[in-house]
Amino acid sequence: MPDPDPTILGARQQIVADLRRLLPAENVIAGEESLKPYETDGLTAYRQVPLLAVLPETTEQVASVLKYCNQRGIKVVPRGAGTSLSGGALPLADGILLGLGKFNRILEIDFDNRCVVAQPGVTNLRLTEAVQDAGFYYAPDPSSQIACSIGGNVAENAGGVHCLKYGLTTNNLLGLELVTIEGEILRIGGKHLDSEGYDLLGLLTGSEGLLGVITEVTVRILKSPETARAILLGFGDSEAAGNTVAAIISDGIIPGGMEMMDGPAIKAAEDFVKAGYPLDVEALLIVELDGPQVEVDHLIERVVGIAEGNGASFMKVSASEAERLSFWAGRKAAFPAVGRISPDYYCMDGTIPRSQLPLVLSRMAEMSASYGLRVANVFHAGDGNLHPLILYDANEPDELEKAEAFGSDILKLCVEVGGVLTGEHGVGVEKRDLMGEMFSEIDLKQQQRVKCAFDPASLLNPGKVFPTLHRCAELGRMHIHRGKMPFPDLPRF
Amino acid sequence: MNTPITPQSGEEVAAAVAEAITEERPLEVIGRGSKRGLGRPGNASFALDLSALSGITLYEPEELVLSADAGTPLAEIEAAVAANGQMLAFEPPDLGRLLGGPPDSGSIGGVIACNLAGPRRIKAGGARDHFLGVTAVSGRGETFKSGGRVVKNVTGYDLMKLLAGSYGTLAVMTSVTLKVLPKPEKTYSVLLHGLDVDQASQALTRALASPHEVSGAVYLPAPLAKGSAVPYVADSGDSVTAIRVEGPGPSVQHRTAALRGEFANLGRTEELHSQNSADFWREVRDLAWFCEGLDRLIWRLSVPPSQGPSVISTLMRERPELLYAMDWGGGLIWLSLPPTADDGHAGVVRKALPAGNGHATLIRAPNALRAAAQVFQPQPAPLAALTRRLKDSFDPMKILNPGRMYKET
Repeated sequence: MPDPDPTILGARQQIVADLRRLLPAENVIAGEESLKPYETDGLTAYRQVPLLAVLPETTEQVASVLKYCNQRGIKVVPRGAGTSLSGGALPLADGILLGLGKFNRILEIDFDNRCVVAQPGVTNLRLTEAVQDAGFYYAPDPSSQIACSIGGNVAENAGGVHCLKYGLTTNNLLGLELVTIEGEILRIGGKHLDSEGYDLLGLLTGSEGLLGVITEVTVRILKSPETARAILLGFGDSEAAGNTVAAIISDGIIPGGMEMMDGPAIKAAEDFVKAGYPLDVEALLIVELDGPQVEVDHLIERVVGIAEGNGASFMKVSASEAERLSFWAGRKAAFPAVGRISPDYYCMDGTIPRSQLPLVLSRMAEMSASYGLRVANVFHAGDGNLHPLILYDANEPDELEKAEAFGSDILKLCVEVGGVLTGEHGVGVEKRDLMGEMFSEIDLKQQQRVKCAFDPASLLNPGKVFPTLHRCAELGRMHIHRGKMPFPDLPRF
Repeated sequence: MNTPITPQSGEEVAAAVAEAITEERPLEVIGRGSKRGLGRPGNASFALDLSALSGITLYEPEELVLSADAGTPLAEIEAAVAANGQMLAFEPPDLGRLLGGPPDSGSIGGVIACNLAGPRRIKAGGARDHFLGVTAVSGRGETFKSGGRVVKNVTGYDLMKLLAGSYGTLAVMTSVTLKVLPKPEKTYSVLLHGLDVDQASQALTRALASPHEVSGAVYLPAPLAKGSAVPYVADSGDSVTAIRVEGPGPSVQHRTAALRGEFANLGRTEELHSQNSADFWREVRDLAWFCEGLDRLIWRLSVPPSQGPSVISTLMRERPELLYAMDWGGGLIWLSLPPTADDGHAGVVRKALPAGNGHATLIRAPNALRAAAQVFQPQPAPLAALTRRLKDSFDPMKILNPGRMYKET
């Protein structure tokens, strides 16, 4: 993190007084004890108490806070529900934490246009709950959906187990209201498709709070499928499971969900929730088909045939809704289940081309042996998104550092085999220093120039995503000499 | 216009842009040139023609991923994926004939740069939703990449979204990676005959709010339906409202029957099966009925679906000679208007849009009109300023397609 600015630290009392003129006094939190809950997010290894926290209630208040911060040169870290697994909402000692928890209302449900307008602090699950009586739902379903907020989902481009068929947040978003660091209120998109001009909606989704503060969100809702059934498939090794996934997709089937777990994850989950998972297999697939009954029955038959052809040693089709949910209960509880067998665990989030799975798993097993740390794997098999859980004990000297080094090695491996550093958790502070594994200096500078277009003084969530901070003036400079290539000192491809 | 520059590789593209910067000589970026008539005519002195950057460089059907050089013919890509039972699910339209050129002549880079999508947009998303990774040369002459070859990826900003629909004003894409999907086994369509636009809108809304995973929802007034090459549509003698379902055979039959049952009380219904269905939706996708009479002006409006009919009735009052089609369940309106108004009807068209919810683009018009009119929806001042800063962040010297979207960018 950048060194705290002593002039800002020194002006703390004045800043508190100023902000209390812009917001109801109780919405400016300055007491040491009251700031404690904001010191970390879902990535608890990193902690920092913010300079102070503000909890605005209206878009105008957000605008006035940002305008003030921009004028005074004060950094701002936006925070939704604080469930980020990459430290996206990690506070700064000299920065204001801007919490959106009071933006917790659903503003409009529009069934004719199949969308919901909500404030950013509304939880992901509440969107579905608000429309489910009418048979609708909001498709992206990150595992933290009972707690995570829709604003945070947009900031991180959250996924979930159904995104192979139904897309990520970015594919289900129609409109945003955004406040810039200058305090300007922008409305982007709406209830129509494809925003005019440059696709700011797409750019802002997954921008990790570095470009603006979201104050309103419009998302698409879908009619729930008539029925859904799941199949549990057990295999002697991950290769057979991976081949089955490839064969299902090659057969033209896109399941509603397709999840894989490895031996240690299966055992931990089964011990915890008794989902009925087989314990004598090394890889378990949960394949869910949804749609009309006739389609689901037809596809289940085909998937069963494919699994048999690929050597499945265990097969069980859910016979009831209760059984389908119990199949999922194990997968959804995989993280806490691993938490029971280890004092601490570190959740990773890389994506790989699926065909590389056997190689990645065997290299991961070698790393596990050399670091002396166990690893359990859950995997969004359909789209190649891996969640290795590294087991460690923070009370043992060096184990956290070892777990982090192991995690970095896994992510480097993901990039090496053609994948990426993060599939759905975001770069945040956690993977910031690994960005160079995937991107050249030129790639990163272009991204930072985009940031400069929104936030020229780099006040919004600085220290996240980019390994090196550059001044916008320096990034914008162009050296042109007639008759010479520009940037002769830059490597060319 | 001078002889086009035809780079043979990504390196040569970077060199050409670098030279253009040095010479302060703006470039018109074209893939294969089929959509040069889209957007505002720029003021470039040289065309940068990417047609030599052609070829599929990676295609792994079981991974649902394909990479190609930006100038690769769209038709070549569609043939390659079709041979593996797959498709580009966003159903890229072929606007060749609509714009007065030959059909089947566009490039994949052009489709993405214009973010074009067909009737399946409502279910499968647009070009931007299937765009996984890119290598491009910025207006600074620098080659950069963004994204990757996997669907789940939040590493860094999603610059693909910014490039999709930027009409080549930010960077020259040299290579693109796309998500592909299995082609549905069967495609049926339910036709409802003789509805007025309000009834059609209500029927399409009901269909889209059903669990039947509708992948096409269009309304053709009688004058357009009459021009279809599909007999069941042409012989309707009235308006045609069409609802498409796709998927495995048993499911498609089930859903078609369910939809027909649901709409039986609205009058005469019919169903189209595979070939007729494919032919019909290709007409919808490519605006077949507006490909004659090339002097007429074509507008494209994106609005909240339920407001489609009221936008149309406002416009009909102002311009009784209007022809229109309503796709995307009401959310996409295509207009064909005579070339009679000085502003290309921009004032009337944009005034009919619901406040703050929708936009209108002038798709076909003579060069002079597209140079004078605002082809793209004018932006409120703060958004326009942000647009200029974004342009500046990629292309500070305004070398790439200057003026193609907005006069000042």
